[in-house]
Amino acid sequence: MADRFEEPAFGAVERDFSQVDKARLVQALSRVLAPAGLLHEVEDLRPYECDGMAALRQVPLVVVLPETEAQVVEILKICAAQQVPVVARGAGTGLSGGAQPHRFGVVLSLARFGKILGVDAHARRAVVQPGVRNLAISEAAAPFGLYYAPDPSSQIACTIGGNVAENSGGVHCLKYGLTIHNLLKVRGVTIQGEIVEFGSLALDAPGYDLLPLVTGSEGMLAVVTEVTVKLTPKPQLAQCVLAAFDDVVKAGDAVAAIIAAGIIPAGLEMMDQPATAAVEEFVKAGYPLDAEAILLCESDGTPEEVAEEIGRVRAILENSGATAVRVSRDEAERLRFWAGRKAAFPAAGRISPDYYCMDGTIPRKRLGEMLKAIQAMERKYAMRCINVFHAGDGNLHPLILFDANKPGDQHTAEAFGAEILELSVALGGTITGEHGVGIEKINQMCSQFATPEIKAFHRVKAAFDPAGLLNPGKAIPTLNRCAEYGRERMGRTSPQAHPDLPRF
Amino acid sequence: MDDLIQAWSERVRQAAAGGGRLRIRGGGSKDFYGREPVGELLETGACRGIVNYEPSELVVSVRAGTPLAELEAVLAERGQMLAFDPPHFAAGATIGGCVAAGLAGPRRAAVGGVRDFVLGARLIDGRGDVLRFGGEVMKNVAGYDVSRALAGSLGTLGLIIELSLKVLPRPLAEATLRFDTDEADALHRLNVWGGQPLPVSASAWRSGGLYLRLSGATAAVGAAVARLGGEALDEGAAAALWCGLRDHTDPFFAGELPLWRLSLPSDALALELDGEQLVEWGGAQRWLRSERPAADIRQRVEALGGHATLFRHGDRHGQCFHPLPAAMLALQRNLKNAFDPAGVFNPGRLYEGL
Repeated sequence: MADRFEEPAFGAVERDFSQVDKARLVQALSRVLAPAGLLHEVEDLRPYECDGMAALRQVPLVVVLPETEAQVVEILKICAAQQVPVVARGAGTGLSGGAQPHRFGVVLSLARFGKILGVDAHARRAVVQPGVRNLAISEAAAPFGLYYAPDPSSQIACTIGGNVAENSGGVHCLKYGLTIHNLLKVRGVTIQGEIVEFGSLALDAPGYDLLPLVTGSEGMLAVVTEVTVKLTPKPQLAQCVLAAFDDVVKAGDAVAAIIAAGIIPAGLEMMDQPATAAVEEFVKAGYPLDAEAILLCESDGTPEEVAEEIGRVRAILENSGATAVRVSRDEAERLRFWAGRKAAFPAAGRISPDYYCMDGTIPRKRLGEMLKAIQAMERKYAMRCINVFHAGDGNLHPLILFDANKPGDQHTAEAFGAEILELSVALGGTITGEHGVGIEKINQMCSQFATPEIKAFHRVKAAFDPAGLLNPGKAIPTLNRCAEYGRERMGRTSPQAHPDLPRF
Repeated sequence: MDDLIQAWSERVRQAAAGGGRLRIRGGGSKDFYGREPVGELLETGACRGIVNYEPSELVVSVRAGTPLAELEAVLAERGQMLAFDPPHFAAGATIGGCVAAGLAGPRRAAVGGVRDFVLGARLIDGRGDVLRFGGEVMKNVAGYDVSRALAGSLGTLGLIIELSLKVLPRPLAEATLRFDTDEADALHRLNVWGGQPLPVSASAWRSGGLYLRLSGATAAVGAAVARLGGEALDEGAAAALWCGLRDHTDPFFAGELPLWRLSLPSDALALELDGEQLVEWGGAQRWLRSERPAADIRQRVEALGGHATLFRHGDRHGQCFHPLPAAMLALQRNLKNAFDPAGVFNPGRLYEGL
């Protein structure tokens, strides 16, 4: 009966873990781990105090670096028995603070799970440990003409375990999918120390499909110890078209026209004029500086396929009012076209002491509205923002430029970012397309979801982790936090933007 | 529509309070599937219609009771499709039933399964609460991805009322080739081709014949046909073949012998189980007509790294779906309990106690 169900206690207010006994914890863990795998002195813990979201820092109680799955099982059993929070960590490149340590908790680093256990070229799959870098999988598969398709911009550093935790994307998702679409099986350990396999080597698994719940769960449901990924045949050829527009809305319409024509490009990216200027100065990609927006559209496949598609794309771009269209003549030029886009973040770092990267996704047709609203916000907050955009799938990365050393700037940038995210929701989109909620966007979850959904999320977590020990305080806000945030929002002088828009 | 949803929500609430059970049914085209359905019938047909369709966004939002045929016709008008190729099995199949069953057709191995195309869902949970997960955009990692997990849950987690799905353009060109070959060689070739940049969109092998469908840009299909050889099927024969495999109107699926769906790693060796067999999905899905005891079939399939479903005919009171390891079963029970603590929806359709 319904009334026998007990709502998870951590759903209302955050659990208080201040009673955790560090000495007792270290003693228990020392029975499982060699001294080099168990860090508990402050100077050793310091490197773990933040992930890619460096504005938030917190030293944990303990860092553990297990080498075997059996050790992970023992560590989790100890933490469950002593009721200690556990934060799993890959390379620490995440941008939303998902791996930020818990003050009274353990950071469980998977850095020593760095082996590629096998590449099966015939079956097109690779079995890897979670600490293997994303790019290393493609490198191992390259001799067989295969690669691992998802390519987040941080792929030289980020690990597959982190990619699973965040359901990472990249610039080729529209055609090749997100992490979830490229996984066969994830093996993990629950907080109770049970080993569970999600998915299978076949294309499905019996019962509920828990793989999509675990993928993107930000370390809240289980600790990943092994990942089996699908490998994709490397296309014979890739070619890129660079188009310039004198108006961002025209560029957005061109994107819609390409898709409406039945083309799914391998990559479809947009940059606004300030972003183009910032990267051009940095990498000299040959981008036109007078354009209000540029589009990069990549086609891949057999040479015949690419020639056919590029011809169609070119015609559509010209009909959509592109002021210039260039097709990469060789691989070097194609890479140069991409180098600019991939350098957008470092370029922002060159023109501004700090930048804050947003990650909302909106329906593409709303792009013009969003960019105009961001321009108005630049005036409102007296702060610059440059825009790069995974145009193919509607994922926006506005980079808000600020100086953390200026009093109040950090706070203003956060308010600016929050307004962009809330507008993303109001326009029918989401607060995060690929970077995750973490701690960074936890308040905005309250604007995207109502109380019944938030409660359902807490129940999903409790199904895996009844005591709420895995990464507490992340990804899903407590009901209490949402109530407080709601009151704070009501008190703002400018109420929520576009209250009349339908929400999804 | 709001009135209907409110009435359903009230009905669920009353069932939960009074120990009632609901058997959710769309068009009834998959009544044969899963363990024996029980409970008071709740038919979703009144909850129909396309809510939002934006061809250039590649997204359609549709009410659960909408007939699949109606939805597919609307998409076809704009040159698009549900790429996972959902089987209809019978007239009247609905999109809600399609997602709840989680079954995909011949294109599965090439493009992904049902869950890969689910972007968002609205449902009524076992408390009568109306919940919305996911959304109408391609990339969305806010909150646990509950909407994708609904695919294949057989309506046991909630009453789906609306779905947002990613759609894809229909291919410009298609060709189907036939090769004379035995099972072992067919499995080998399918895996080799799978590792090459070929536009394969479907495959099947049965009794000496391997069939391969190529889809994509005209030039790509033409080049692949020239390279692979084989005997080309004419358009009508090809359409009849793939449609028959998708909807199980092919003679292989006729008769009353138990039909097993075996889901295997694509490179798994030949089954060596007696019974008539049909291979699909590049080797990853194999159909078997056999009266061999379930235990024998499951043991062999497990040894090959897969799982077996008693798909049609045979005993529906026992296990239709492959038994789960204890730790996994516990998680699945917890998840069921999280969404439907009173056990209102489709009790026992998936597993006993779920």
